Amino acid sequence: MDHLPTLVSEARDAIQAAQSVAALDELRVRYLGKKGEVTALLKGLGKLSAEERPAAGERINQAKQTLADEIDTKRQQLEGAALNARLAAESIDVTLPGRGQSVGGLHPVTRTLERIEGLFTRIGYDVAIGPEIEDDYHNFEALNIPAHHPARGMADTFYFDATRLLRTHTSPVQVRTMKSSEPPIRIVCPGRVYRSDSDLTHTPMFHQVEGLLVDEDVSFADLKGTIEDFLQAFFERDDLSVRFRPSYFPFTEPSAEVDIQCVMCSGAGCRVCSHSGWLEVMGCGMVHPEVFRHSGIDSERYTGFAFGMGAERLAMLRYGVNDLRLFFENDLRFLRQFA
Amino acid sequence: MKFSEQWLREWVSPQLDTQAIADQITMAGLEVDAVEAVAAAFSGVVVAEVLSKEKHPDADKLNVCSVDDGSGDPVQVVCGAPNVDIGQKIPFARVGGVLPGDFKIKKAKLRGVESRGMICSASELGLEEEVSAGILVLPASAPVGVDFREFMHLNDMTIEVDLTPNRGDCLSIKGLAREVGVLNRLPVSGPDIEPVAAQVEDTFAISIEAPQQCPRYIGRIIKGVNVKAETPLWMVERLRRSGVRSIDPVVDVTNYVMLELGQPLHAFDRDNLEGGMVIRMAKPGERLTLLDGSDVELRPETLVIADHNGPLAMAGIMGGENSGVNENTHTIFLESAYFTPLAIAGQARSYGLHTDASHRFERGVDPELTPIAVERATQLLIEICGGQAGPVVEAQSADDMPAERAIMLRSARLEKALSKTLENSDVTDILQRLGLGVSVQDDGWKVIAPSWRFDLAIEEDLIEEVARVHGYNNLPVRRPAARLALQPADEARLTQSRLRLQMVARGFQEAITYSFVAPELQAAILPDAVSPVLANPISADLSVMRASLLPGLVRAMEYNLNRQQTRVRLFETGLVFNGELDALSQVPMLGALVCGTREAEGWSGAKERVDFYDLKGDLESVLALGGSAEAWRFEPAEHPALHPGQSAQLLHNGEPAGWMGTLHPQVRATLGLKMDAVVFEVRLDKLSQGQIPAFEPLSRFPEVRRDLAFILKEATPVQALLDCAKQQAGDYLQNIKLFDVYAGKGVAEGHKSIALGLTWQHPSRTLNDEEINQLVDSIVTQVRVTLDAELRG
Repeated sequence: MDHLPTLVSEARDAIQAAQSVAALDELRVRYLGKKGEVTALLKGLGKLSAEERPAAGERINQAKQTLADEIDTKRQQLEGAALNARLAAESIDVTLPGRGQSVGGLHPVTRTLERIEGLFTRIGYDVAIGPEIEDDYHNFEALNIPAHHPARGMADTFYFDATRLLRTHTSPVQVRTMKSSEPPIRIVCPGRVYRSDSDLTHTPMFHQVEGLLVDEDVSFADLKGTIEDFLQAFFERDDLSVRFRPSYFPFTEPSAEVDIQCVMCSGAGCRVCSHSGWLEVMGCGMVHPEVFRHSGIDSERYTGFAFGMGAERLAMLRYGVNDLRLFFENDLRFLRQFA
Repeated sequence: MKFSEQWLREWVSPQLDTQAIADQITMAGLEVDAVEAVAAAFSGVVVAEVLSKEKHPDADKLNVCSVDDGSGDPVQVVCGAPNVDIGQKIPFARVGGVLPGDFKIKKAKLRGVESRGMICSASELGLEEEVSAGILVLPASAPVGVDFREFMHLNDMTIEVDLTPNRGDCLSIKGLAREVGVLNRLPVSGPDIEPVAAQVEDTFAISIEAPQQCPRYIGRIIKGVNVKAETPLWMVERLRRSGVRSIDPVVDVTNYVMLELGQPLHAFDRDNLEGGMVIRMAKPGERLTLLDGSDVELRPETLVIADHNGPLAMAGIMGGENSGVNENTHTIFLESAYFTPLAIAGQARSYGLHTDASHRFERGVDPELTPIAVERATQLLIEICGGQAGPVVEAQSADDMPAERAIMLRSARLEKALSKTLENSDVTDILQRLGLGVSVQDDGWKVIAPSWRFDLAIEEDLIEEVARVHGYNNLPVRRPAARLALQPADEARLTQSRLRLQMVARGFQEAITYSFVAPELQAAILPDAVSPVLANPISADLSVMRASLLPGLVRAMEYNLNRQQTRVRLFETGLVFNGELDALSQVPMLGALVCGTREAEGWSGAKERVDFYDLKGDLESVLALGGSAEAWRFEPAEHPALHPGQSAQLLHNGEPAGWMGTLHPQVRATLGLKMDAVVFEVRLDKLSQGQIPAFEPLSRFPEVRRDLAFILKEATPVQALLDCAKQQAGDYLQNIKLFDVYAGKGVAEGHKSIALGLTWQHPSRTLNDEEINQLVDSIVTQVRVTLDAELRG
């Protein structure tokens, strides 16, 4: 009984010196276990007088509690240190690049076409497509471009034989749609078109988006509003100036070319706009009654407008691409810039 | 059409500067392409006279001249031009003057002789592109001492307009002036053109045998013409400013009148004509040597001007070499005719020709201009070359002349078309100034289109005219109204966009390649392909339509491998063209190509070459998008472009829908490709067919799994094993996982071990061992019977 303080002091030293949870467990057994040294003291209480017994019991229980607490504290310390050691051992360099495939990307022309389609489908236009090998009738005749019309010289056409050709514009899709459906018609027609022309600013294949709206009471003012809205939305510039110049397309009357304020120099004049401050971006007009006639639509009751634009041209302006030919070289260093 | 601003201003001169005129006509639909000074900047050049000329003492080719430049004392100048001569009026650059290119004129000594100034050639003054053979000799009337720029009216601009094909009426100063007059509400006036009275009786018979093609033909003899006369400088200058070179006075006059009025003219040498003029269609086998020296065989749809011996000229396109005016010509036959647009359109192009005349006739030349132009040309010719005119001989088929076009413009229609109410008086004024005969009606305007406006035929044409002159940008802007009607939406259908995005997510870059390819490339990949061939390709490399996306993708791969890329993952969507034109299919496909390492170069390994199964995984991820992956199967099959042991045909619900495989080593060798590539190509319409999800209740009962490993012959496709197992596995099979493929130690030579994990689950009860064992037995038995394969021991 008298050696209790010594025992406690010894035990505490041993607890503090313990290096592992296993060593602690051994100490617990040695001091506090059923056959432990402190437990043995409790068993010896019976040898004391009834007067001495409570005080001595309390001292032993206190000592027991103290040691139990110390063991718990020490255990937490040791477990924490072990976890930290494990975590330290498992740490990795999180700045190493990730594993697996990297993401690819859409071609800038697709990206542009989808953007244009999106702007129009969101307000109720449908997307219409058609064949690329067309016949003379759909590519020319039905669009009021009879044989030998000087406008046929405007588009250098790739022919297969006397009547079959690669479409020079996506306008044949208009004709096909008008023949097969009733107004109101609202469509955009994206796709590949072909012209026999190849130099710095022309490729023999490129992409167009054609738009068509036919309904009762459609006016030139509706066309102007649609085109202005579209160009401002496409370039995300609310203040973009848009102007309409009279022009000529056999399938529209009146017809217009559309210029926008140069997006490179904001109209101040630069190489891209040939120092004019304006960029020609698309053609448009009111559907020619002759086109309606070919498509079986009553031009007294219905009017409509059509517009067409080159996707590569818009992509070049939007993304600052300075060479048209890059679009069809499929150089990965180019394509990756549009991922 | 290029023209001099000063020339235009002789007809109509608005209070606007050059740029403002250019902007104004651009915004009226005559797009100005360029505005340029007619001469480069130079100064200190005056008209001078050569007073004396002596040989340079020390240089054979030089002359020492003295010139009077109006300053008083004669000036000594050394001149190397061979044509310099006493009495000539010449442009003289004084000391201190500056010639184009910032070339300063200084006092100089040439081989010891002092020279103070320079006698200039046209090219030295920037008036000719080619280096001139000698100095520019001015007319004798040129006033000495006057600034050369003033004398030549060089402070002028050239305006070039790019005219749309409907505005043939603006291919002349007259037409452009009319347009400028309308826009500025100014009167327009040209030179007085008086008929030239006949001084001789000579005529030449004209007979029109093709009146539909040539309703009107006027001819006139002019005798005693001096073709060696000099074209006056002012005319040479105006021609130059319109981009036309001076040839000889007769050609110059016809060109001048064409530019001035818009009527192409032609002059024949009367002495080479026989019998009379016949305007007729070419006869089979007839040939003609054209002015440009080319010899062509005429086709029967070509209109010709002939005499009694045969064709002389291709009407409205180009004259013949043997009937034209030459340096010995004394008597000319001047032609002014109206050829209909349809007679000329397409003809020039079909012979590979394009001339100023054909350009105008196919767009429409004013039929009322025919007699006026002949008088104007006669007047100018006699002025320059002398001679005596005969009477004008005209042949006309009144029935074939363009009919008068009366068009009604309804004011209500105009207002509706433009969403704007215009003042009636403004509309009337616009129509009248455009030259239309206008009669105002209660509900609008009844107009007669002028003879020069071939493009005005219907009400919409008039609406455009009014809108154009009023200004498109002065018209209102509104947004179309539409009914908010919902459209059907096919949920099962996958969009192309969705499919493309999946490829992008799998690390592919989208390519866009030309739809026409080199025939050799296509033949190397698809020897049996039949696809349309262009009749007029831009080059042989781009002459056949692609029958597959593979040629384009292979080219794109090669392009990138040649530019230090070591890994290519590309896809493309687009049409492929198969069959002869009359049985053509234009089918949209999705194609992809991979080569190089499995993953991009990095620290984590995966440096193996990409193989069939990598791309198959990519493709399967696309096939699975629509939720109907089980509609697709890969069948071993041979394809000429693909390795016979590594190629599969794709079947969609049993129908062929595409191919996948490694490029055939032979194809790779033929094309000289640096790497193996794995490719696929699948029909987009099939890929788009997904299905709408159909819910199946989730079972609350436990799954049972059994793993079975079979020893198969190496050649037996795994698909057969899977099919067999599925077939025998009963209704409650949830899935089969193929979790191991092994060949080597422990497996007999020529065999492989395939391990399957099968999972069953019943919707409403727990499956017992006995029934599963039965199913497993049945699978094992069936596999043994059909595939001659055993469970791995």
